[in-house]
Amino acid sequence: MLKKLRQILATVSIIMVTLLFLDFTGTAHAWLGWMAKIQFLPALLSLNVAVIISLVLLTLLLGRVYCSVICPLGIMQDGFAWIGKKVHKNRYSYSPALTALRYIMLAVLAGGIIAGIGAVVALLAPYSAYGRLAQSILAPAWAWCNNQLASWAERADSYAFYSVDIWLKGGATLVVASVTLVVLAVLAWRNGRTYCNTICPVGTMLGFLSRYSIFKPVIDTSRCNGCGLCARNCKSACIDSKTHTIDYSRCVACMDCIGKCHKGAISFTRPSAVKSAHEENRAGATDAGGKATDASRRKFLSITATATVAAAVNAQEKVVDGGLAVIVDKKAPDRRTRIVPPGALSIANLTSHCTACQLCVSACPNGVLRPSTDLATFMQPYSSYERGYCRPECTRCSDACPTGAIRPITEADKSSVKIGHAVWVKQNCVPLTDGVECGNCARHCPTGAISMVPSDPADETSVKIPVVNDERCIGCGACENLCPARPYSAIYVEGHEVHRII
Amino acid sequence: MKTPHYLNNINTSPLTRRGFLKRLGLGATATGLAMAGCDRASRPATETYSPDGEIPTDRMTTRVNPTTGDKVSLLGYGCMRWPTKPVEGNGAKEGDDEIDQEMVNRLIDTAIAHGVNYFDTSPAYCKGRSERATGIALSRHPRDSYFIATKLSNFSPSTWSREASLAMYRNSFKELQTDYIDYMLLHGIGMGDDGMEAFKARYIDNGLLDFLLAEREAGRIRNLGFSYHGDIKVFDHLLAEHDRYKWDFVQIQLNYVDWHHAKEVNPRNTDAEYLYTQLADRGIPAIIMEPLLGGRLAKVPDHIVTRLKQQEPERSVASWAFRYAGTHPGVLTVLSGMTYMEHLEDNLRSFCPLQPLTDKEMQFLYDTADLMMNYPTIPCNDCKYCMPCPYGIDIPAILLHYNKCINEGNVPENGQSENYARARRAFLVGYDRSVPRLRQANHCIGCNQCAPHCPQSIDIPAELHRIDSFVESLKIHRG
Repeated sequence: MLKKLRQILATVSIIMVTLLFLDFTGTAHAWLGWMAKIQFLPALLSLNVAVIISLVLLTLLLGRVYCSVICPLGIMQDGFAWIGKKVHKNRYSYSPALTALRYIMLAVLAGGIIAGIGAVVALLAPYSAYGRLAQSILAPAWAWCNNQLASWAERADSYAFYSVDIWLKGGATLVVASVTLVVLAVLAWRNGRTYCNTICPVGTMLGFLSRYSIFKPVIDTSRCNGCGLCARNCKSACIDSKTHTIDYSRCVACMDCIGKCHKGAISFTRPSAVKSAHEENRAGATDAGGKATDASRRKFLSITATATVAAAVNAQEKVVDGGLAVIVDKKAPDRRTRIVPPGALSIANLTSHCTACQLCVSACPNGVLRPSTDLATFMQPYSSYERGYCRPECTRCSDACPTGAIRPITEADKSSVKIGHAVWVKQNCVPLTDGVECGNCARHCPTGAISMVPSDPADETSVKIPVVNDERCIGCGACENLCPARPYSAIYVEGHEVHRII
Repeated sequence: MKTPHYLNNINTSPLTRRGFLKRLGLGATATGLAMAGCDRASRPATETYSPDGEIPTDRMTTRVNPTTGDKVSLLGYGCMRWPTKPVEGNGAKEGDDEIDQEMVNRLIDTAIAHGVNYFDTSPAYCKGRSERATGIALSRHPRDSYFIATKLSNFSPSTWSREASLAMYRNSFKELQTDYIDYMLLHGIGMGDDGMEAFKARYIDNGLLDFLLAEREAGRIRNLGFSYHGDIKVFDHLLAEHDRYKWDFVQIQLNYVDWHHAKEVNPRNTDAEYLYTQLADRGIPAIIMEPLLGGRLAKVPDHIVTRLKQQEPERSVASWAFRYAGTHPGVLTVLSGMTYMEHLEDNLRSFCPLQPLTDKEMQFLYDTADLMMNYPTIPCNDCKYCMPCPYGIDIPAILLHYNKCINEGNVPENGQSENYARARRAFLVGYDRSVPRLRQANHCIGCNQCAPHCPQSIDIPAELHRIDSFVESLKIHRG
């Protein structure tokens, strides 16, 4: 019963979180944005006191249900573990806690947060690890399916679906995500929650609390016949059936053991309630514990199957008809300071708060945000304008961010946040190289920071070139993106370390 | 071999489902025809129009060329829009295509079989591949069964020299696999920033016009004429010199919108009424181009469709425009660039034979044109003369998408408009479908290299910038 409840909640939960990463229309965030914000580490980093207190209380009440029901990485591992158990029943066994390793990992995370080393936080945060999987592996598959629907819709003259670009946002991130997926899949398949109870710092932190939780699985020694079936089905490897003890710091409250016990010796209750005075009730305790398959599990299977298919999907460009000049792809200029989106406040704020979950990267509809390959800021988002620019009506990344790395802003705020400034590159400028009129940067500047002036001050009729009023420029990149010079634009944005209001 | 029992049964059974449906269909058609017949009983109909069934092969309306006595079919084949197919194979780049020669052959065979005998091409059409494709298809028929029209398309200043123009002229013979051209045209007279200057540079200063006159003497050109777009001064000048040049024909743009509204469609154009009358006064046969305004008289706003269909439910919207052009007696042939077999068949029905419009119907079309003027579509004919844009913009695709949305009512004036959200989505989603993002209007830099090539003299950069700011406002205001 409890197990079934856990499975249903977990399925709903992972589907909702995954939708956040898959939905490119921005509608899911309005309904489900809170799913990202109740994740432990993001809440901690954004100092979301209400969420942290709630999660602490939840854990003190029911143990690590967070790990079983809220954490998408945990739920995903349960999916793999479930397949593993199908292949080979009763495959787990008790193992002592690797307490030292757990504390070291927690210390590393704490050190990483304090020292502002984003890469460490990014690699250890469980929600972010799942985010990377969803963004770099599931999202392209989702988009590809959408594009199929869009092409059918187009044939049916319907505007219900529209096509989206599929592109490799970050090679390194894809590699990290793929490795994470393979390692976790193998670990979970063979041994259940190994990652959660050795590496995951959130698991360790919640483990401190769950020892003292009010409700927990308790073994009634008067009923237990020591068969060890519970231990062989415990994916946390935390039931020592010989001593009838459970390591509650590692128990993720999955409730599997309760149903497994033929004797009804395990119950989810307060420890004090279990008394050895129940000896007379031993007879006739039968249970239908083996009946495990249900619809929710099937969904797990389909999710994992999609994940493997997704790896084979590659980006495809739209094909056009004849008589068109070839368009060279834009290349990113060598920016001295990277650009981070409005709401990030500063590069330092983003670096110290971001857990590299890729939610903003998934949410960005303009092809601007992508994960960094830089070691210090590994997988954290930055902006670049080769595929699009930071459009004035869009605040999706700031709406999505659960950690406070990109703070919520309004469209009005955004129009006055200066995240960088435009720099003109004379040798690329089309009026000078091709001798034609242009002014596309000036025409599209949302703040009117660019004016076109005659290139020769003495000759009013000479071709016009852009001049930038740095004070008005907000660094949105419209000029850079729409500049006809290719592959390098004749005007590009240099990022600012600290954003300011103009 | 003996037919199996059960098959026999189906073949002979008087009440199979298929047989029943067939009868039902025939019955319905007969009723439709009878009703149509009643409708027309009051006017001097020469033939009964049939929207389906076989198209007669011997009923094409023809007109006689007064100088050579050519019996020219009233429907002429414009070879500017031959069907293409994507190039397959490894070396193919984005947008590579080739002319679908097999389909061209089929189209030309069908056209000739139904009496079409005038084929109008140019060295510039279909990215320079039209003449060859047309030549291949036509050379499979006896040379005396069709008339070839081609042009001296020396638009580009690089072809203004005598040598380059002569090379272009001679190449047409080679591509068309012929030793004489039935109808030779000076191409696009009046185009360019200064129509008169361009004309002089292309045909007078290099002695090309004199050369062509001599070629006509020698019989390698059977008829000499010109096609006219744009600056009316050049048209008037050439007609004033008619005694000297003896034009055998002139090609003009004529349709029921341009008859009175040419200036509104495009300030540089002249009303077709004037052009046609000038030719008729001198007894020069007119060849009609753009009878459909580049397809815009086939793709009309919904309420215009209803209006036309109400009059003639069985005829296509396009047929009105063709019958309109053909009704003028001074017209030698009406050109149509038929890409699809369906277009060809529809047009054949309009001309095999032509059922001329009555005065009342002509007036009905002029009233329709007045109504259409309220819809501000851009006069793009998708001729692709502006392409390729050096910066990769797909100009005709953008303009056509805009026109399509105007016609379908998907260009909301402001956020308060009814159906704003639906129209906005249709415009934006359709825009991305019709034009790849990198080829959309926001990439137009306004270099203006396209505009001089436009036979409709559209201020392309201005239109693209206008569409771009419209798109921008749609993106920002979700409504």
